[in-house]
Amino acid sequence: MAPWNPSRHSGSGSQPAEAAGAVIDTLRLTAEAAAGLLERGEVSGDELAGAFLAAIEARDPELHAYLHVEGERGEGVPIAHKDVITTKGIPTTAGSRILEGYTPVFDSTVAARCKAAGLPILGKTNLDEFAMGSSTENSAFGPTRNPWDPERVPGGSSGGSAAAVAGGLAPWALGTDTGGSVKQPASLCGVVGLRPTYGTVSRYGIVAFASSLDQVGPLTKTVRDNAGLYALIAGKDPCDSTTVELPAPVVVPEGTDLNGVRIGVPKEMNEAEGIDPGVSERVNEAIRLAEELGAEIEETSLPRSVDYGLACYYLVAPAEASSNLARYDGVRYGHRAEVDGDLTALYSRTRREGFGAEPKRRILLGTYALSAGYYDAYYGQAQKVRTVIAQEHAAAFERFDVLVSPTSPTVAFKIGEKAENPLAMYLSDVLTIPSNMAGLPGLSLPCGLAEGLPVGLQLIGPQFSENTLFRVGHALEQAIGFDYVPERLR
Amino acid sequence: MAITREDVLHVAALARLEIPEDEVDSVRDQLGAILEAVGKVSELDLSEVEPMTHPLDLVNAWAEDEPRPSLPREEALANAPDPFEGQFRVPAVGG
Repeated sequence: MAPWNPSRHSGSGSQPAEAAGAVIDTLRLTAEAAAGLLERGEVSGDELAGAFLAAIEARDPELHAYLHVEGERGEGVPIAHKDVITTKGIPTTAGSRILEGYTPVFDSTVAARCKAAGLPILGKTNLDEFAMGSSTENSAFGPTRNPWDPERVPGGSSGGSAAAVAGGLAPWALGTDTGGSVKQPASLCGVVGLRPTYGTVSRYGIVAFASSLDQVGPLTKTVRDNAGLYALIAGKDPCDSTTVELPAPVVVPEGTDLNGVRIGVPKEMNEAEGIDPGVSERVNEAIRLAEELGAEIEETSLPRSVDYGLACYYLVAPAEASSNLARYDGVRYGHRAEVDGDLTALYSRTRREGFGAEPKRRILLGTYALSAGYYDAYYGQAQKVRTVIAQEHAAAFERFDVLVSPTSPTVAFKIGEKAENPLAMYLSDVLTIPSNMAGLPGLSLPCGLAEGLPVGLQLIGPQFSENTLFRVGHALEQAIGFDYVPERLR
Repeated sequence: MAITREDVLHVAALARLEIPEDEVDSVRDQLGAILEAVGKVSELDLSEVEPMTHPLDLVNAWAEDEPRPSLPREEALANAPDPFEGQFRVPAVGG
């Protein structure tokens, strides 16, 4: 297979393409195959975008993956953007009423890079409000439904993007990941999701949640598509001083063996309480498959990272959020309350009216953790736990190239099942959070079904190891042969 | 660590976030439960550990001091709830 460069629409794709005039199967078509169709002139950009827009019209009333359908047409492979990704002239809500009606006057860097590559925007996808959540039920505009079972959540917070890709409503999409919000919905929807190394993708124009954790990541049907989209968006940005240049170019994976790859299986991540037996079985099968492909597998340990990871995250992230969300005050954009009072009343009433329950909870939690008298015990201590997590992972990566675990302890749960219990919802992220705290990249790929629902395998690597993650992911993906088209839609 | 109504109202004021009177108790209970769960971090003796503020070893990421065009005023005001003569109008401080 030739390496493919999505910005030049070249490459033969990973599957036979439909002949010109044939129906475009948006459920099955990968971005790479779409690019091939365009390159060979078998399909026009207009027909391609049109096929996805028709699918959106047919299936999105049920799925509600989109908050806004833009319907752009162009020469490239169309894309959907999670609604925390600022898009000039296209409404951007962050899933919140406090930004209802807000239309950005500038493009985020990732949107600009996609635009420069000729990718038309299908629309903006649904999410948990301000990226705070693990099910997309915290959206102020209603939940998104999982294409595998519409009674179930697609995961979150990038649930709209994951459902759009899984449901044939976008060939690929961008999401954001702070505590696992790309990886976990990818797992629950049976698609591939990358959370990149912190600093490799610009956060300029991304509605901020937690600035030391947020990263934009691709959601795609295949690992090769994921590498292609990552290559388009990654790289240092002068508008974001927390970005760095990639040490090496992105390599779109080709090989199908794992010879010489050392894979660690952290026991705390694979034996944690609350992991569904079906999830464990699929993940263990994938690990045995990796061994057959030539990898060396060994158990390892991250003694405190999993045990203290959630607590660490739910102090650091809300603390940073309490600062980032201070800007929503009704002054310059978004909702403004009508008050009979002074400026302080304007701020307080606007924020009371505009924010949903979860952002309010996290703002209060974060403010408390940072307040005088509590800072050292809570936020200060959490920052030290973060160091411990980073050190444990660094030690593991002296012996291993990749660590593996389930992405999510469970398959997709029913809408409403965890919505009333914040702590139960937070547990969805117990396996994605630790590596995120250390700034490390993680790839989730589907490794099978349990109870008829997708199970995601999480591959974690050291900083800047995306090429290794793509290599391992691609080889496993080819060997596993998971059909990413939801059974009920085939 | 038990959190009181006063704690909740104090923190809400710091965050400029009005909480309706009839919700203060349930907010207190929810926050209390979460704080207890996250308070787990204090179980570890980390006196010898440096805090981590950032995943990368970036220091002084400077930009060249070169002027570039900034947002035109009309665009800056494009989403304003109450624009007035090229400014954002708000109620007075202190009423």
